[in-house]
Amino acid sequence: MPASVDFRSVSVEPILHDINFQIASGEAVAFIGRSGAGKTTTLRLVNGLVRPTSGDVFVDGNSLRTIDLISLRRHTGYVIQGSGLFPHRTVYENITTVPRLLGWSESEARTAAGEMMEKLELPLGRFGDRYPRSLSGGEQQRVGIARAMIARPSILLCDEPFGALDPIVRRDLQDAFVALRSGVTIIFVTHDLPEALRVAERIVLFDGGRVVMDCPASEFTAQPLPLVQRFVDAASL
Amino acid sequence: MTAEILRATGEHIFIVLIAVGVAIIIGIPLGIWCARRARAGRVMLRIVDTIQTIPSLALFGFLIPVPLIGGIGTRTAIVALILYSLLPIVRNTLTGIRGVDPIVLDAGVAMGLTDRQLLRQVELPVAMPVIVAGIRIATVVGIGVATIAAAIGGGGLGTLIFRGVAMVDTRLMLAGALPAAALALVADVVLSAAERKLIGYNPRIQQ
Repeated sequence: MPASVDFRSVSVEPILHDINFQIASGEAVAFIGRSGAGKTTTLRLVNGLVRPTSGDVFVDGNSLRTIDLISLRRHTGYVIQGSGLFPHRTVYENITTVPRLLGWSESEARTAAGEMMEKLELPLGRFGDRYPRSLSGGEQQRVGIARAMIARPSILLCDEPFGALDPIVRRDLQDAFVALRSGVTIIFVTHDLPEALRVAERIVLFDGGRVVMDCPASEFTAQPLPLVQRFVDAASL
Repeated sequence: MTAEILRATGEHIFIVLIAVGVAIIIGIPLGIWCARRARAGRVMLRIVDTIQTIPSLALFGFLIPVPLIGGIGTRTAIVALILYSLLPIVRNTLTGIRGVDPIVLDAGVAMGLTDRQLLRQVELPVAMPVIVAGIRIATVVGIGVATIAAAIGGGGLGTLIFRGVAMVDTRLMLAGALPAAALALVADVVLSAAERKLIGYNPRIQQ
């Protein structure tokens, strides 16, 4: 079940100042902004990797100050640039990390891993026993997505997941990602506007630790804000 | 003569195995602790470092008057060797754990691993080749230093060497020195192989 996320007057001094907005359950939202604008910090508030200095974050109406963070994290997918795969574990072992933590049976985990890897074009038979170092950057990131999605999380947090990939692989992964994204609330951090428009239905623009724009993706490029126009200019050929 | 060499070699192996074994049991948790606490870790490392700078013959001597662990004999020799073996093990455990890619740790925490699970399932396995390298250094150095233990009645191959020196008998000296060198070489080869096997899954160290 997708979850809702609610930021209420959240500050993380000195990075973020008075963040206020809601994300409905099942929504796909992109955070864009320049480096240091506060997008990643805001993302990391959702699974408690960063704690607010004031204000509070709510997931499905429950305050992150009171709920069990370990359990929340096991139901929140997390995909990052560089994938963060465990180097000493095979692709299969990496993908089944959260199912093992949740106590799934081996057969349940194997079935789910097989299905997930099929969708991401990484057949279990061919990739399951390989180590992350033997995979290309794009393949590693596919494993990263499979690992984050396998246990059907309520929220999927993505922090520049495709930032280090070449443009063609990047495009392929964006398409694979869009095909997978139903049934989960998505927050996707990127500084690439075309990517944000492709993967999200709503865009939140950060600048200087504040939200300066929050609108449907389809209306974003028409916004008169100078920073929006700079992103549009930077994205056009 | 052969029987005596065998007996001394056996004693030597016993002293080193016990000492390195105890140093592993103390050193790895100490290294983990140092990795977690930056300042306390630095102080602890400095202490372990300082022990290493004491000349081995002097360290054996200093321990003789210490109650419970001191005196003349094997026990004192083992305690001195434990102190010597600590440094490479503590330092390498610390270095190995600090060397784990922060992105990998971030991913581990974000997937809901507890601190204990992160240590056992990620930090220790990824750091293991470096930790084993520390154990290898401790063992090889320990085999050499253990020859000096004979000076305080610790036994082992040093007994033959010291006797050979006193009697100006080269054959007797070699009867102690050659097996000690051979032991060190074998330990080095075996533990290096273990290290390489473990490095197989650790691309960061491979580079």
